Amino acid sequence: MAFINGLKCRECGREYPADPLNVCDFCFGPLEVVYDYATISEVVSRDSIAAGPLSIWRYKDLLPAQGDDPVDIQAGFTPLIKARGLGKMLGLNNLYIKNDSVNPSFSFKDRVVSVAATKALEFGYETIACASTGNLACSVAAHCARAGVRAVVFIPSNLEKGKIIGAAIYNPVLVSVDGTYDQVNRLCSELADDYPWAFVNINMRPYYAEGSKTLGYEVAEQLGWRLPDHVVVPSASGAMFTKIWKGFNELACLGLLDGVPSSSFGVDQNTVHHPAVTTRMHMQQAEGCSPIATAWNSNQTQVIPVRPDSIAKSLAIGNPADGIYAIKVIERSGGSAYAVPESDIVDGIKLLAETEGIFTETAGGVTVSGLKHLAKSGAIKPDELTVVYITGNGLKTQEAVEHVVNPLSIKPTISSFESVFEGAK
Amino acid sequence: MGKQRVKFTFEETLVKQPVIYELGQKFKIVTNIRRADVGEDVGWVVLELEGDEPEIKRGLEWVSSTGVRVDPLGGDVIDG
Repeated sequence: MAFINGLKCRECGREYPADPLNVCDFCFGPLEVVYDYATISEVVSRDSIAAGPLSIWRYKDLLPAQGDDPVDIQAGFTPLIKARGLGKMLGLNNLYIKNDSVNPSFSFKDRVVSVAATKALEFGYETIACASTGNLACSVAAHCARAGVRAVVFIPSNLEKGKIIGAAIYNPVLVSVDGTYDQVNRLCSELADDYPWAFVNINMRPYYAEGSKTLGYEVAEQLGWRLPDHVVVPSASGAMFTKIWKGFNELACLGLLDGVPSSSFGVDQNTVHHPAVTTRMHMQQAEGCSPIATAWNSNQTQVIPVRPDSIAKSLAIGNPADGIYAIKVIERSGGSAYAVPESDIVDGIKLLAETEGIFTETAGGVTVSGLKHLAKSGAIKPDELTVVYITGNGLKTQEAVEHVVNPLSIKPTISSFESVFEGAK
Repeated sequence: MGKQRVKFTFEETLVKQPVIYELGQKFKIVTNIRRADVGEDVGWVVLELEGDEPEIKRGLEWVSSTGVRVDPLGGDVIDG
């Protein structure tokens, strides 16, 4: 069972039952899950987690959906790798990569969708839907195939081929929308009002977003129940960024971190900051869609929406729902936000591939280039424990790096090989 | 009659324009503001519109034509 008490408006504090809702009826603020941490603290322990499956569902007591029979394609518990090659290149001696590109549908979205799909079935929905720039569509389609329910996924018609195929293979109802970004966005918003479907990032959003907390839990567990000094995270809506922070603070308050006594969650569960959580949260956005980084770096109190124009399509959210909350996390953690120049994104992809053997998508290129900037600027000291989150697989955005294919072309003879090979050396 | 929840974002040059008032005057739409944050440089308003659906659609097209950004409530619906 899920240990939740209901939902609560993040803006006005009004409370609601744990229903498929995402917006407060009074002030139209976003709703967040309210947990029963008193009960959770009695049942969860490092041992109970270790006894669980090697997936996000090892943290079932901390998730808002029942974890006994989840919709699970084995999302999560992805590798945390010591990045010696990349670290050496950047002058960072204690750098780790959380490689979430190896999830079953090749992005971190499997974490949030597994939670949302499980919750959708709890609510009795027979169709699960989403509007996506790619990764989410793949994950929703895969989880629906696993659960045996209908998936309806909406994608912009200009999406990368790898992402279209990556969703279509699971045989969802795939809807390719020919229109501007704003038109697609508005259409899907209206459809969500009219159809009795579980839209994972609309009416399931309070539950869906919580799945990203597992990115924080896993890093802590894989580091021996301690937290890094810095994390470097790509950001679109800002939701994942805030949930990693929330995950760290939940572990601290529940007394699960090494040497940290449990403590109260206080009045507002969603803004709790345990003093033992000193991780600095560094957000990376692509310059072509960087409303949160722009707001942070210009001391704005509001996040001004933009029209996305970036090759990092999975980060192309112009009106980030959690932008203002992400800024508060940056502020509380002593972190930063950076808008990575578009021209550096492919360089970041190549740098990760050539130093660590990991092929990431354009969002990962943003993250690695942002990490490079942080190292160069001295924001991260050489020996500080740093984790960089790689959230999507490069096979989905091959178009961005097609130019790297430049083979040595030869005749099938040794002399031909040697003449070309010597020249290449 | 239908209802639609939307967010209007006003850039600096539009902050002082009575766009919501004019929306109610030009179209048969009832505007109901629920939350707002308006500064000198930029502002946003979250509101509910009530009226016939074609009228709301025309009204929102007019709002967009003024330069005010119109978004579905709760940010982008499209996710990564």
